[in-house]
Amino acid sequence: MSLVYLDNNATTMVAPEVLEAMLPYFKGEYGNPSSIYDLAHGANLAVKKSREIIADFLGAKDPKEIIFTSCGSESANTAIKGVLDVNRNKKHIITTRVEHPCVLNLYKDLEKRGYQVSWIDVDSKGDLDIGSLLEAITPDTVLVSVMMANNETGTIYPVDKISEAVKMQNPDTKVFVDGVQAAGKIPINLKETKIDLFGISGHKFHAPKGVGALYVKSGTMISPLIVGGHQERGKRAGTENVPYIVGMATAAKLAAENLKDELTRVKSLRDKLENGILSNIKNAVLNSRGSVRVPNTTNIGFQYIEGELILLHLNDEGICASSGSACTSGSLEPSHVLRAQGVPFTSLHGSIRFSLSRYTTEEDIDYTIEKLPAIIKKLAKISPFQKELNEIFK
Amino acid sequence: MWEYSDKVKEHYKNPKNVGSIENADAIGEAGALACGDKLKIYLKIDNGVITDAKFQTFGCGSAVASSSILTEMIIGKTLEEVRKITNKDIANELDGLPPEKMHCSVMGHEALEDALKKYFGEDTQEEKKDNEKIVCNCFGVSEAEIIKAIKDGAKTLDDIKEANYAGGGCSRCIPNIKILLDKYAKKDTAISPVQFILKINKVLETNVAHELGKDSGGIELVNVEGKDVYVKLTGTCSSCKNATLTLKNFVEKQLREHVDEQINVIEVK
Repeated sequence: MSLVYLDNNATTMVAPEVLEAMLPYFKGEYGNPSSIYDLAHGANLAVKKSREIIADFLGAKDPKEIIFTSCGSESANTAIKGVLDVNRNKKHIITTRVEHPCVLNLYKDLEKRGYQVSWIDVDSKGDLDIGSLLEAITPDTVLVSVMMANNETGTIYPVDKISEAVKMQNPDTKVFVDGVQAAGKIPINLKETKIDLFGISGHKFHAPKGVGALYVKSGTMISPLIVGGHQERGKRAGTENVPYIVGMATAAKLAAENLKDELTRVKSLRDKLENGILSNIKNAVLNSRGSVRVPNTTNIGFQYIEGELILLHLNDEGICASSGSACTSGSLEPSHVLRAQGVPFTSLHGSIRFSLSRYTTEEDIDYTIEKLPAIIKKLAKISPFQKELNEIFK
Repeated sequence: MWEYSDKVKEHYKNPKNVGSIENADAIGEAGALACGDKLKIYLKIDNGVITDAKFQTFGCGSAVASSSILTEMIIGKTLEEVRKITNKDIANELDGLPPEKMHCSVMGHEALEDALKKYFGEDTQEEKKDNEKIVCNCFGVSEAEIIKAIKDGAKTLDDIKEANYAGGGCSRCIPNIKILLDKYAKKDTAISPVQFILKINKVLETNVAHELGKDSGGIELVNVEGKDVYVKLTGTCSSCKNATLTLKNFVEKQLREHVDEQINVIEVK
């Protein structure tokens, strides 16, 4: 049985070119970039080059604006705690109800520690209530934090416009954007925006797990989360993870080269999958209804059938998908993103996310469209909501 | 992902006795759509013996497996035997369930109980006495047992979990355990405001000042309002840019650990 991997928003396969590019830095070029001798020179140069590539990838003005981190969560924590620490007199934060748990739970924690957090809602399509966001800004607002693309539905929020509008109202308010699900899927050009901080994670675009980056616009003050050595211009201590940094830069380069493919071929495969499911399975309803969406993601609810049961049966057919985000598929709570969007209980617990990558093939999609109806039919028979299902399927 | 036993996998892949029974002698229900799981069980009863059982379940893999195995467990048994089945028996028959999924076996048991009560015409609304009420369904822990654990010294949710597993399963009962903790734990540990301040001062003097002193820093207690502790950093600490980290990660942690879990440390400049 072949494997059909449709969970690329959870993590991605390491691109073969990425692994190749990393290997020399495990073998010969193992020097510490901070050291003085020739051996370290190669490592130092590789980090420098990688920083330029990531800066280019994010459309930063200057490579100095890029800090390497260990993951997306570290990027977010560094940005948020770093800004709060240098602006301790201000206690108001604005964010959305649909952020990734790594950001959401940090704000919940800060709320307990005396910060006032304004939580911005989304409408039933999943689009952000930008009016309320702008109204919530006060002179005390230290940070506005909005993700660029939602991990569960793929909905894109207009962070460039939001950053402009925020600065018009309060130039001192910092804007942090969680860009983890956007990097490699849509064009990013930070120098054209008013975004101050932007976090990414390598393993979402075919680099290995364990490396990320944070963009800090020139002139933006943050204090470091990890204190110690002088690395990353004092903003993140710790010896640079050279092979992984090289890996992420290689992945970024590949992602940039393949962006057109992502925006066209991957999108058409995603649309084929989405239409194939919605037209063949009568209790399927689309949750990804935002105005703009990343090209690789769809989220579909199956009424009166529970999601984990669908995932287990998909797994038996060799198909990997997910319900909610990977962080929540181990828990029993339904997706906070879909709840914020007001998805009814009839399909909330039966919502499945399919996320593609440039390695997804037409065969993968055809196979999934072929297998899924039988699974749903089988599980519909087990459901106690026979009357409701008969009504839908008649 | 969950680590399901082979038995669980076998039963969610090919569940036994799926469906409904026309003219069933008893029908039991548990759960609700909004909670993410609902189970319906149909029984055919002849001369005090369950001759047939069928189920319909909206729920995860372990919910379907619990329902499926339950029908196998009860077919051919007398009502007397069936009434003795507990949720733990269902879980054991499946070679165990992950702790977070124990509520699936509970739901199976509840649906069975519901069916039998209806069959015998018992009042399903009958409430047990308060102290016999089961708070944690996953591990069958009653209110009285939790109160006893608190009186024996349990102060946190983790303490209770350690004492009798309550709250260690699906975690739905945690709000109720918190209420019990608030109600019973405080009475035993309540101290006067003066004692509270003295205790804080002692921790600052013994645990904190010594550590900060290593970096030529110091700390002074300025005021205590409710659970908010106002302190002033002195010496090198006063100009340290990581003072917030020190206060939250070290000072507050020490005070929470040794004095009160809800203490909030605030710096006065």
